[in-house]
Amino acid sequence: MSEIILETRGLTKHYGGVHALTEADFTLRRGEHVAIMGDNGAGKSTFVRQITGVEKPTRGQIIFDGVEHTFESPIEAREAGIETVFQTLALADDLDVPSNLFLGREKVRFRLGPFSILDKRAMREATMAALVKTGVKIPNLSNTIRNMSGGQRQCVAIARTAAFKSKLVIMDEPTAALGVQETAQVENIIRTLKEAGEPLILISHNMRQVFDLVDRIVVFRRGRIVANLRKEETDGQDVVAYITGAKTGAEYEGAP
Amino acid sequence: MAQTTHGIGGLAYDPTKRTRPPELNVLAALILIILAFEVLGRMFIGDSFLFNTRENIDTLFNEQRLQIIILQVSIVGIIALGVTQVIITGGIDLSSGSVVGATAMIAMSFAQTAIVNGNPNPKAIFGEGMMDLPVIVPVLVGLGCGLFAGLVNGLLIAYTRIPPFIATLGMMVAARGCAKWWSKGNPISFPTESYAAIGKGMMPVLIFITLAVVFHLIMTQTRYGKHSYAIGSNEQAARMSGINVARHKVLVYAIAGMLAALAAIVLSSKNLTAQAGMGVMYELDAIAMAVIGGVSLQGGRGSIIGTVLGALIFGVIISGFTFLKLDAYYQEMVKGVIIVAAVVLDTWRQNQRGRG
Repeated sequence: MSEIILETRGLTKHYGGVHALTEADFTLRRGEHVAIMGDNGAGKSTFVRQITGVEKPTRGQIIFDGVEHTFESPIEAREAGIETVFQTLALADDLDVPSNLFLGREKVRFRLGPFSILDKRAMREATMAALVKTGVKIPNLSNTIRNMSGGQRQCVAIARTAAFKSKLVIMDEPTAALGVQETAQVENIIRTLKEAGEPLILISHNMRQVFDLVDRIVVFRRGRIVANLRKEETDGQDVVAYITGAKTGAEYEGAP
Repeated sequence: MAQTTHGIGGLAYDPTKRTRPPELNVLAALILIILAFEVLGRMFIGDSFLFNTRENIDTLFNEQRLQIIILQVSIVGIIALGVTQVIITGGIDLSSGSVVGATAMIAMSFAQTAIVNGNPNPKAIFGEGMMDLPVIVPVLVGLGCGLFAGLVNGLLIAYTRIPPFIATLGMMVAARGCAKWWSKGNPISFPTESYAAIGKGMMPVLIFITLAVVFHLIMTQTRYGKHSYAIGSNEQAARMSGINVARHKVLVYAIAGMLAALAAIVLSSKNLTAQAGMGVMYELDAIAMAVIGGVSLQGGRGSIIGTVLGALIFGVIISGFTFLKLDAYYQEMVKGVIIVAAVVLDTWRQNQRGRG
C-alpha cells in the first residue's frame, strides 16, 4: 500500500471557453486532513466535481489508492471508496434515516431486480453502527429527514459516509448553513474521523475551522492551485494573501 | 438541543418527535363522512345510511349499499393504485382514462364469441379464426396495450425531459383517438363466457383488494418503493445516490399503464361491451382518490393504504348523495370541491411543517 491515497496530475476542466480548473497537481496522504480554500469561483468545487465523478475532466489523471481512474459517475467514485458530502445535501426529505443512508445501496434480503425485498433490520443496525462511529445523535431513526434541523441533516449526510467502507471523505462546506452549536457538532465528527485515520478533504471558507481541524491547506485562485501550506508554517493572514492574490507560492510562480 | 443530552449510542429517542401516520387522518375523515351521511339521512329522509332498516332482511348493516360503495370505486381504484405510484415519484398521469378506452376496445375485439343466440356475432371485428380465443389472449393483448402506452409515457418523460403533464396529455388525446379509430366508433360486444367472468359480480373488488395488498407490499418493502419515494422527494439526491432515475420512471409509468389496462379489461368484462367513450374522466377520479388519500402532488409522500381509503371516501360520497336523493349534478360539483380541498389541505400541511 502506497502512502498516497489520492493524487491528481494536470487535472483540467474547461466549460466551453471558461477555464474553471487548470493543471491541478494535488496529493493527499493516508490519514491526512486537507482543507481546500479559495474565493468563490476559484475552482474548488470544480476540482471536487472532477474527483467525485460528477463531471469528467477535460484532461489530467486521477490516481486513487494506487490505481488510475476515470469516473463516469458519482456512483463509480463512491464504489471506488470516495464518499462525498455535497454542499447541496443529497438527502431525500421524505425518507427516514436508514433509507437515506442506504439510498441507492439498499441491503436486500431477497434479490428480485427492482422488486428486491429490503432488509430493513440490517439497515437499521448498520445505521446505528454508523451513527456511533461518527458520534452523531438523531432523535428518532424512523423520523423523516423533513422533521430535522439543518445540523441533524448534515450529520445524517456525514454518517452516510461512515456507513460504508470509504477510503476518502470529501466535505463541501459542511457547516456553511449551520448555527454555532450545530457547527461544533459537525466539527466533532470531523475530529472523530481524524482519530480513526480517515483521510478527508474539507472545502471551507471558515479560517478558524480550517486551522482547528486540518493538517494542510491548499489554496485555489482563478482555477489554479497557488499554495500548498502546512498548518504550522502559516497563519490566517498568510492564507488570505494567497486567496486574494497578494502572494503566490514559490513553486507556483508563473501562474496568472 | 435537548434531545442530544439523553442520547446514548447514536440514538436519542424523543417520543414527542414521533409523527402520526397521515393515513389515520384519512381514516378519520372517512368515518366522519359516513357519520355525516348517517345523521343527514335520519334527519331529512328518515332512513339509515349505514344500517339495515328493512325488516324482511336480517342483517345489521345495509350490505347492499356497502357492496355498491366498494364495487363502484374498485375499477377506478385499480387505476388509482398506478396513479399513486406515479404521483409519489413526482409525476402525473392524465392518460389512464383514455388508455382504458383504447384497451377496452382492443382487448374486447379479441374476446368475442362467434355465435350469439344461434346467429353469427353481429359486432364481430375479426373473422372466424380470431373468435372464441382462450381468455388469456385478450388479457395479454390488453395488458400489452397498457404496457405500450405506459412505456411511451415513461420514455418521453425520462429521456426527452418534457413535463409528465404534457407527455401524458398527449397520450390522453392519442389513446382516445385510437379507441375511436379501432372500430370506427362502433361498440364491440358479446365476449366469451370466460372473458365475461373476469368482471362478474364482486370480482372487481377482489382484484382491486388483491392488487392493493400487492402494491402496498411493493411500495413499503422493496427497493422499487424506496426509490419511488426518493425520486419524488429529491430527484437530484436520488440521482447522486446512484439510482437510475430515468429507468425507474419508465418502470413506474409502465406499471401505471398496465394497471389502467387491467381496469379496462375488468370494466369491459363487467359491462359485456366496449365503447370508445369508456373511461372518460377516470384519470381525474383516480388522481382525486390518491389526493384525497393523502398522496402529495409534489411527490414523495402518500401510500397505497391512503389511496384505498381515498377511494372509499370517494365511493361513500357518491353513494351518500344518491342516498340523500341529491341531483347527480351536485355530485360532480361537490367532487370538484373535495379535490381542491384535499390539495389545499396538503399544501397547508406542508407549510406548517416548513415553519415548524
